[in-house]
Amino acid sequence: MPVTTKTNKQLFVNGLLNENPIFRLALSMCPAVGISTTVMNGILLGIAVLFVQVFSSCTISLIKNHIHPRIRIPTYTLTIATWVTVIDLVLAAYMPVAYKAMGIFVRLIVAFAIITMRLEVFACKNDFAPSFWDGMGMGFGFMFGMVVLGAIREILGMGTLLGYDILGFRPLLFFVLPAAGFFTVGFMMAIFNYAETLYSRRRKEEKVV
Amino acid sequence: MIKMFDHKTHTSALLNHYLRIVTFFICLLLFCGCRTEHRFVKKAVFKDTHEIMITFAGPVDEAWAANMGNFSVYEKPDPDILSDIRSVVLSPDKMTLTLHTEEPISQDVSHKVVLKEIIADGVSQGTAYLTVNKLYIGYLFSILMGAMIIQNFVFSKYLGLCVFFGTSRKKSTAVGMGVTFTIVIVAASLMSWFFYQFVLKPFRLDYLQIVVFIGLVSLTVQGVDTILRKVNPALFSAFGVYLVLVIANCIVIAVPLILADNEYNVWESLMLALGAGLGFLIALFLMSSVRERLEFADIPESYRGLPIAFIVAGLFALAFMGFSGMSLF
Repeated sequence: MPVTTKTNKQLFVNGLLNENPIFRLALSMCPAVGISTTVMNGILLGIAVLFVQVFSSCTISLIKNHIHPRIRIPTYTLTIATWVTVIDLVLAAYMPVAYKAMGIFVRLIVAFAIITMRLEVFACKNDFAPSFWDGMGMGFGFMFGMVVLGAIREILGMGTLLGYDILGFRPLLFFVLPAAGFFTVGFMMAIFNYAETLYSRRRKEEKVV
Repeated sequence: MIKMFDHKTHTSALLNHYLRIVTFFICLLLFCGCRTEHRFVKKAVFKDTHEIMITFAGPVDEAWAANMGNFSVYEKPDPDILSDIRSVVLSPDKMTLTLHTEEPISQDVSHKVVLKEIIADGVSQGTAYLTVNKLYIGYLFSILMGAMIIQNFVFSKYLGLCVFFGTSRKKSTAVGMGVTFTIVIVAASLMSWFFYQFVLKPFRLDYLQIVVFIGLVSLTVQGVDTILRKVNPALFSAFGVYLVLVIANCIVIAVPLILADNEYNVWESLMLALGAGLGFLIALFLMSSVRERLEFADIPESYRGLPIAFIVAGLFALAFMGFSGMSLF
């Protein structure tokens, strides 16, 4: 059984930056476009995803020896659905206002490709501790992406951050519109690509010199 | 003998349950047609923004129709607020009656009309309490168009984007995915609706929604896969690839959840599911047409691939915002 050789810290950083679910893997784009209007939304949905990802990863890594390979995908789906139900009920009970703001997206975590993918690629082959840290990394990576998008849209659209007025004026009201989510994600991806090409070009030049 | 009797009661209980389901469907069909609650009144419909037209089975008394106190109209949710009636007009053959109200009637809300002590040929026919609804077919059509265009799941609700961007590179792929998706979502939604109404709700298992719906969706996909493979191998070889992708689509799980939240009946559910599927097909087709042309366009290097696709989708979403707030019928 292939067990990861990375340390826990490497696993965590891998999820946060190298394989960031939103900007690098381009998975689970629906919430990134749909409800990234404020930072608060990003943080709350991030917490929900983190919870589901960590608990599903841990569950699967614990029971991996008892799953028949042919029914592994349904098992993953049902595990995720169970944990989504838990977080859904908890949020509805203790944070009704935020729950309303996020709408149907909390329950749609069950269909996020990123969670199933991590279970398939990582948790079903590794032990409890690495799976836990991989789940933490992916969850925080998702939260990081959502917060960045939310911050851009909130500052440019409303001139506020986390509800506090920091600019005093609204630079581009356009970014409040729901459709601007597509543009924000598109621009962010282009910036990431540009940074990558610059970085690789500089490394090539260094090699030549 | 006693044993047989026991067995019989058990079967009859089961039969009773099935009968109840069948009766429910028949009732539903009856409710779809035009039906009023009074034997002397044939039809009660909205005619214009200010008018309600009532058709009787026979000619009514002119003196009765002339007394405005006999009529009252109110919206079904709040019976205390009566609409003011400006005039009552009886047609020459005394069979149809038109009520004009002071304020325009909102046809989205069903209205109640009370006709006190109808007198026809000098004989009292009793008081009639009528419910006036918008034409049901129109309502269904508005749900369909709403899910398809006005509240398009991709461009207005931002769902199913992973699959949307993954399969919109070529027109043929887009159409294949769209058609497969429509078939699966209609089957899956109807199954989830049935399960929700007849299993989850009666037994108060609402909290199992997510688990049950995702399970049903996977089951439907597996079922469609198996049936298609046996029944039409040619179709399977064309569309089989996309079946797996359907599960990864948020819309397919979002629609059953919306149906459960809104307590839609079976026709409304069918329309919403069909609208969601066709809307996805439209979105995919539009997007793939643009992306096929983008292949030949001179795009800055860092925008190539997904970034430009996102920006195009954003432009589409802006265009689709123009539909928002529109209502049909």
